[in-house]
Amino acid sequence: MEWANQLCENRQFGSKMTDSKYFTTTKKGEIFELKAELNSDKKEKKKEAVKKVIASMTVGKDVSALFPDVVNCMQTDNLELKKLVYLYLMNYAKSQPDMAIMAVNTFVKDCEDPNPLIRALAVRTMGCIRVDKITEYLCEPLRKCLKDEDPYVRKTAAVCVAKLHDINAQLVEDQGFLDTLKDLISDSNPMVVANAVAALSEIAESHPNSNLLDLNPQSINKLLTALNECTEWGQIFILDCLANYAPRDDRESQSICERVTPRLSHANSAVVLSAVKVLMKFMEMLPKDLDYYGTLLKKLAPPLVTLLSAEPELQYVALRNINLIVQKRPEILKHEMKVFFVKYNDPIYVKLEKLDIMIRLASQANIAQVLAELKEYATEVDVDFVRKAVRAIGRCAIKVEQSAERCVSTLLDLIQTKVNYVVQEAIVVIKDIFRKYPNKYESVIATLCENLDSLDEPEARAAMIWIVGEYAERIDNADELLESFLEGFHDESTQVQLQLLTAIVKLFLKKPTETQELVQQVLSLATQDSDNPDLRDRGYIYWRLLSTDPVAAKEVVLAEKPLISEETDLIEPTLLEELICHIGTLASVYHKPPSAFVEGSRGVMHKRLPARTGSGESTESPDVGTIAGGSGTETAPSIIPSQGDLLGDLLNLDLAPPTTTGPPPPTSGMQMGGMDLLGGGLDSLMGDESEPLGGDIGGSAAMGAGFGAVPAVMPASLNAPMGGGLGDLFDLGGGVGMPLGAYIPPKTVWLPAMKAKGLEISGTFARRAGVIQMELTLTNKAMSVMTDFAIQFNRNSFGLAPAGPLQVLSPLSPNQTIEVSLPLSTVGPVMKMEPLNNLQVAVKNNIDVFYFSCQYPISMLFVEDGKMERQVFLATWKDIPNENESQFQIKDCHLNSDAASNKLQASNIFTIAKRTVEGQDMLYMSIKLSNGIWVLAELRVQTGNPNYTDLEISVKCRAPEVSQCVFQCCEAVLKN
Amino acid sequence: MIHSLFLVNPSGDIFLEKHWKSVVSRSVCDYFLEAREKALDPEDVPPVISTPHHYLISIYRDKLFFLSVIQTEVPPLFVIEFLHRVAEMIQDYFGECSETVIKDNVVMVYELLEEMLDNGFPLATESNVLKEMIRPPTILRSVVNTLTGSSNVGDKLPTGQLSTIPWRRAGVKYTNNEAYFDVVEEIDAILDRTGTTVFAEIQGVVEACVKLSGMPDLTLSFMNPRLLDDVSFHPCVRYKRWESERVLSFIPPDGNFTLMTYHVNAQNLVAIPVYVKHSINFFESGSGGRLDLTVGPKQTMGKTVEGVLVTVHMPKTVLSVSLNATQGSYTYDNATKVLVWDIGKLNPQKLPNLRGSLSLQTGAPKPEENPSLNIDLKIQQLAISGLKVNRLDMFGEKYKPFKGVKYITKAGKFQVRM
Repeated sequence: MEWANQLCENRQFGSKMTDSKYFTTTKKGEIFELKAELNSDKKEKKKEAVKKVIASMTVGKDVSALFPDVVNCMQTDNLELKKLVYLYLMNYAKSQPDMAIMAVNTFVKDCEDPNPLIRALAVRTMGCIRVDKITEYLCEPLRKCLKDEDPYVRKTAAVCVAKLHDINAQLVEDQGFLDTLKDLISDSNPMVVANAVAALSEIAESHPNSNLLDLNPQSINKLLTALNECTEWGQIFILDCLANYAPRDDRESQSICERVTPRLSHANSAVVLSAVKVLMKFMEMLPKDLDYYGTLLKKLAPPLVTLLSAEPELQYVALRNINLIVQKRPEILKHEMKVFFVKYNDPIYVKLEKLDIMIRLASQANIAQVLAELKEYATEVDVDFVRKAVRAIGRCAIKVEQSAERCVSTLLDLIQTKVNYVVQEAIVVIKDIFRKYPNKYESVIATLCENLDSLDEPEARAAMIWIVGEYAERIDNADELLESFLEGFHDESTQVQLQLLTAIVKLFLKKPTETQELVQQVLSLATQDSDNPDLRDRGYIYWRLLSTDPVAAKEVVLAEKPLISEETDLIEPTLLEELICHIGTLASVYHKPPSAFVEGSRGVMHKRLPARTGSGESTESPDVGTIAGGSGTETAPSIIPSQGDLLGDLLNLDLAPPTTTGPPPPTSGMQMGGMDLLGGGLDSLMGDESEPLGGDIGGSAAMGAGFGAVPAVMPASLNAPMGGGLGDLFDLGGGVGMPLGAYIPPKTVWLPAMKAKGLEISGTFARRAGVIQMELTLTNKAMSVMTDFAIQFNRNSFGLAPAGPLQVLSPLSPNQTIEVSLPLSTVGPVMKMEPLNNLQVAVKNNIDVFYFSCQYPISMLFVEDGKMERQVFLATWKDIPNENESQFQIKDCHLNSDAASNKLQASNIFTIAKRTVEGQDMLYMSIKLSNGIWVLAELRVQTGNPNYTDLEISVKCRAPEVSQCVFQCCEAVLKN
Repeated sequence: MIHSLFLVNPSGDIFLEKHWKSVVSRSVCDYFLEAREKALDPEDVPPVISTPHHYLISIYRDKLFFLSVIQTEVPPLFVIEFLHRVAEMIQDYFGECSETVIKDNVVMVYELLEEMLDNGFPLATESNVLKEMIRPPTILRSVVNTLTGSSNVGDKLPTGQLSTIPWRRAGVKYTNNEAYFDVVEEIDAILDRTGTTVFAEIQGVVEACVKLSGMPDLTLSFMNPRLLDDVSFHPCVRYKRWESERVLSFIPPDGNFTLMTYHVNAQNLVAIPVYVKHSINFFESGSGGRLDLTVGPKQTMGKTVEGVLVTVHMPKTVLSVSLNATQGSYTYDNATKVLVWDIGKLNPQKLPNLRGSLSLQTGAPKPEENPSLNIDLKIQQLAISGLKVNRLDMFGEKYKPFKGVKYITKAGKFQVRM
């Protein structure tokens, strides 16, 4: 009985021994009490006190005030106490650099200790103390430890070099540690080799061009030997390093593959995936008819399948990578469809990935199975998943032609369920099926029309309207159906409005007699009652097209549409190749090249698969543009790669949400005349007599050309605002009054929607009454409402900064476009940019933060008081050294000197004097930039010779960098 | 490499942080907590989250989030594997992995984490090595330590750390030398409405408990090794001998470890041990419905199926159930809409049945989604794939060990569509 009691007591004692006691606080003040305990004479009490300090630290409490007291405990024989103090030091040394120096002596002494564990511990801890003063003392002990007789110390020291490099790269190079590290690759101990490789790889990441990991057949051989013997983590580093090697020929590549293949059977999934990467890459070099090539393909499948039975997080990463592998080499997993079947209790992120891969693997052979599964998923609980499953059925139909009929009937079954979101999703995909297989499945239209009333999502409504318009001639009551939508025209989203407009115009062109009233109604709704510039412009285009040349209208609106391509979401081949080289990395998870997003990987070299002769696969770029998508994409603006210091600056800026009210909505400058615009052209539409405008009028792209050719027959009431033809028509959306003459570049797309989760930004800059304005057009091309817009600039050459918040009044609903004008000041922080007029911008909304860069015309910075006194001008001109003068030519400019002078003046380029010498007009001009820099210019205009239309301009400035920008501005101003 | 680790409990509190490089403010976890808020279920939080300056890679295990912060390009699988290793280490040291246990042993956990990574590089993750560096807590030891002032931290370099067999320490000594192997197979399957197998595979694992003195060199052979589709081994297994002779030859770690995992996905080899007869109907009026379930044995190779547990995820509108079970008991959780029927042992003479009525929320329409049914079960002394160990030989040591092999089959993700 007694022993039982004793045991009981022990138990209680034991349970009190937990560390939770370290968290109990006393009234006196914890820090005070700890201080006393730390300075106690009793060893045990000291240790307990340090433990309490560490416990506080782990939960994020600040115990840095105890620094001197804790460091005092460092001189001890008790290893646990020593380790605890080191833990503390690593955390707080940075905040107390002067105090940390106190510890140096102990470190240096410990590096000489006979016990290798203590030597290693000392050098390891020292490397973690990120204080410059300490690193100086670290060099000597580190050098010794790198050559230590004990491999444990050497492998620790190898990692320490990487730490030191992170703190002070220059020091590491100067001290020759990199060479020592390279020597360690040939170390006799595999663990040391692995750590040396890891350290070198990390250092190499910040030195992309250095030849740190000098891979040659000898070193590769050493790595392959070490691969078999080192720890699992070491294997990952070595495999990743191997993947960067470029074998000389297929033989070498095969021998590496042979030695790497056993890694596929490793229990650690990271080792497996790294091995897959090496094999996928080197396989590229093997001839396809080689037996070994086939063997290798077969060996790759089972480990990939096994990865899918691991924990869900591992599965997710594996699936993202399999997605790439399947695109590159579909043959590997083509028989493994079933392992991608979704299980009920998979996390949603796994389900969605599996679905994606199922479609990629879908083929004629397995389509029946896949469809049965997809139909099953469409009845699950999770709405997002169900929607994606329905879409997947549509993608199958488009991908596997033989299955299209089956897919359509499956979709019809699903529509019969009457589950609202399933029906809507099904209608959206059926539209795509119609695009892919025209005139094949139209029999189902009747079923679709039955569900017209239940559609409440814009995308589904738009899809249904498109179908009705496209097949108007087969639907008896198409006009009634479309008319029913027209009733609530203003409450529809832009997407639906645009579709409705197009659909009714199509209907009209097909059945002109009965639908004249309808088309007039929709055109007037679109052009007169709508604030949306896209809708208005499209309305005007149709209107004029119909009124001028209905035959051309028919050619344009009812043109044969290009078929949609099989798979719209394939990764572009060069990116895919690069991603294959990065299997297993973050890049492979995000399907983005590493240069695009990983901070700190400055200037990563783009990796390419090794070339093999005669392998060329090309994928056509998909084109799913809808009819009359008038705004073609301009030259792609540069998106700032998220890396380096610049980004840091941008991100630290405080993005304030908008607080004030926005500008008034732009008013249309256009007054429409009568409603009889359609009169003139209708006859020729009915009678089919006139020739089509040009043989090449096809799709929407040709519309502009066809339109521009017939401005003469334009109705009178439209004349005024449309003077310049189509170009002006498109500009109408900009609607804000422009002061005469000042040059404003046309808006360009700065941030395409696909790079910004659906937010498209285009814009330009203007200077109005001395205020620089950034004029933005924000378009929401996503499915959800965007709110909370804010904007910030990075530091730039002239200190441009927003003078107020971005004024976006109301939430931006899907497909809505708004115009915002943002006043700018020039008092922001300055940093020279390349090119000089480059501006990096961050725009935030409720979804994310996006970055883009744009270039502003430097004329925005020309101030109004830029007219120099003649005397000052002369003196300054002489004063500026001649090497600062640059000369430019402006070709083909039909302007006399007065016209040029006036044009320039409007942009604050002031003419000070004019001289005429030998048939040449010389204009002397001055410009003052917002930051006070003066620019002087001389413009020579040939007046005598009308054939000679080139202008010459010389620019002189104390800051010659701006000359080029100034010239570009002058040219732009003069040519507009 | 791995920069920092945060441990987060389900309510979103960070209760431990460890930094291996510079200190990263815990505010970085806000991005994660935001994603956590958005997810319906803790399991649904995406494992990789990008933030402006860092990447957050997390796992959800034992009702805790292990959240690591990384700054440079690191293989995510490497991080995820490591995080699982941390969870296993805590389990191994303290018997369970929970917030309470970690808080109770916070200093030791912190010391362990420090041993596991250096500057973000894994240093010692083998349980054998770790236990030599930092001894696991026992009641006796903490008493002794308190009395004598000695510590839990070893002051010698772990012997296995640098040898070519890092997983085994030198000088192991036992009075009873024994080696036990458990062959555990899990069936992952999806059966459709009619009971046809849509998909089935077997995940197998050979768990070992080896307590042998000295440096034993073992060889384990199977009667039918060709059965296995894909195998992954503990690093101790000599891959070449497997390739050439299909035998497992290895010097084992000391104690418990996973010798190998394997995969059988040849569909015809996967026997389905039970069948379910089910019917679930909802009345057109939408007021309620009926449920009828029967479970029976199918291909059991003459063994008894036990531990049978049926879980049904009911449609959201099912408010309550009123059922009658001929065997076992059932519970229905209205919050999660999960019906659990604990059957226990399956008696082929008298099949268990669960039937009764379901009532829906008033006014709710007839449910649209199909419920799904998951089954748990256990079969002792059977590896359903038919895998059999042939023999175990020991070389290198003179004594005669006790040997034993156990087989067990379980349901993994075993799902029946209704």
